[in-house]
Amino acid sequence: MASYLLIESRDPFEVNDVAYFYDLASGLKSRGNEVTLFLVQNGVLPARQCSGSAQLSGLSEAGVRILADDLSLGERGITAESLTNGVESAAIDVVINQLANGVKTLWH
Amino acid sequence: MATTLNIIESAYRATMEEQNDTVVWISHAMKGAGADLTVLLRGNAVNYAVLGQVSPALAFGDWKQTHAAHLDEDIASLISKGVDVYAVEDDFAARGISLSGLIPGVKTVNREGLLDLVENHDRVWHW
Amino acid sequence: MSEKKTLTFCLMDAPFENARTTTAFRLIDAAVRRGCNVNVFAYEGAVCIPFSKQAVHPNKVHGCEAEEWNHPLPKDWVTEIISLAEKSGSKVDWINCGLCVDERGVGESVPGVRKGTPGDLLNWVNASDNTLIIPTK
Repeated sequence: MASYLLIESRDPFEVNDVAYFYDLASGLKSRGNEVTLFLVQNGVLPARQCSGSAQLSGLSEAGVRILADDLSLGERGITAESLTNGVESAAIDVVINQLANGVKTLWH
Repeated sequence: MATTLNIIESAYRATMEEQNDTVVWISHAMKGAGADLTVLLRGNAVNYAVLGQVSPALAFGDWKQTHAAHLDEDIASLISKGVDVYAVEDDFAARGISLSGLIPGVKTVNREGLLDLVENHDRVWHW
Repeated sequence: MSEKKTLTFCLMDAPFENARTTTAFRLIDAAVRRGCNVNVFAYEGAVCIPFSKQAVHPNKVHGCEAEEWNHPLPKDWVTEIISLAEKSGSKVDWINCGLCVDERGVGESVPGVRKGTPGDLLNWVNASDNTLIIPTK
């Protein structure tokens, strides 16, 4: 079992391909790996409760840890109260901590 | 030696003025420098596995490009250097690309095969 | 942290084009503040990040002269993180892909930046604790 950090910088409203990255997170998790999905830049947009949030909540229920960059959330006026289930706000330092710990990290 | 999986998904981005795909190019360069490298084409980049891509030589005013890109040859060359080049089956199907028209040596993977590649390489770089 | 870690980043985007440049610098800054050594391989448009000829300008739409507008220049960010690292006992090493520099005509970089090749990236990767590629789109 390995650990993965998947950084999603794009949103599913503008970019169809985001679904692939969510599916990669799901697939790696289903194989017993520890998976964190870190949303940054426009990647945080579906973290606000909306039609695009269901996939994220589904990933969270499947055991993927979903973090959203606090600066990106603030930049877009997404408050803690409006976050969809399963998404937590986090500082970008999380990425550095995981990189420093040797976690395989992919940016999309 | 650590193994590296280069996942290439952007395609035809500045390929005419760069005369190649710059991520395919850096894959060549790193292989030449000794990297243990595998390439996975996904998304639009699966089109790089298609035989018969013709990059036109650009011409503006009196200026004419004398060395245009040869994207299919660049993929074939990676394979000839010993780089395993994979491409995602579903992405071919979605784009109406027949598996019979691919560069020889390109291997196809399904979703499980993609996960296998990600798990089985020490480093995974997403370009 | 008991041992100093080394992280390598590969950037591809030119400055002023999208959010990836600022996110990359947020990561690099966080890594340096955490005490990491950081290598940055700038590929393609990212070689313009440390270009020394970047200059501020006024913004009449906002009613600001140059000094008040104080437009950020990424070349200054490069200088600052190199300095921050030195002050804290770490190192930021920045290599611009040489071919990318030549074709863009941006050979004049701030101090601390040098030209190199993909072989340098590979050497760094092999010697680092981890590597993050931030691709362009």
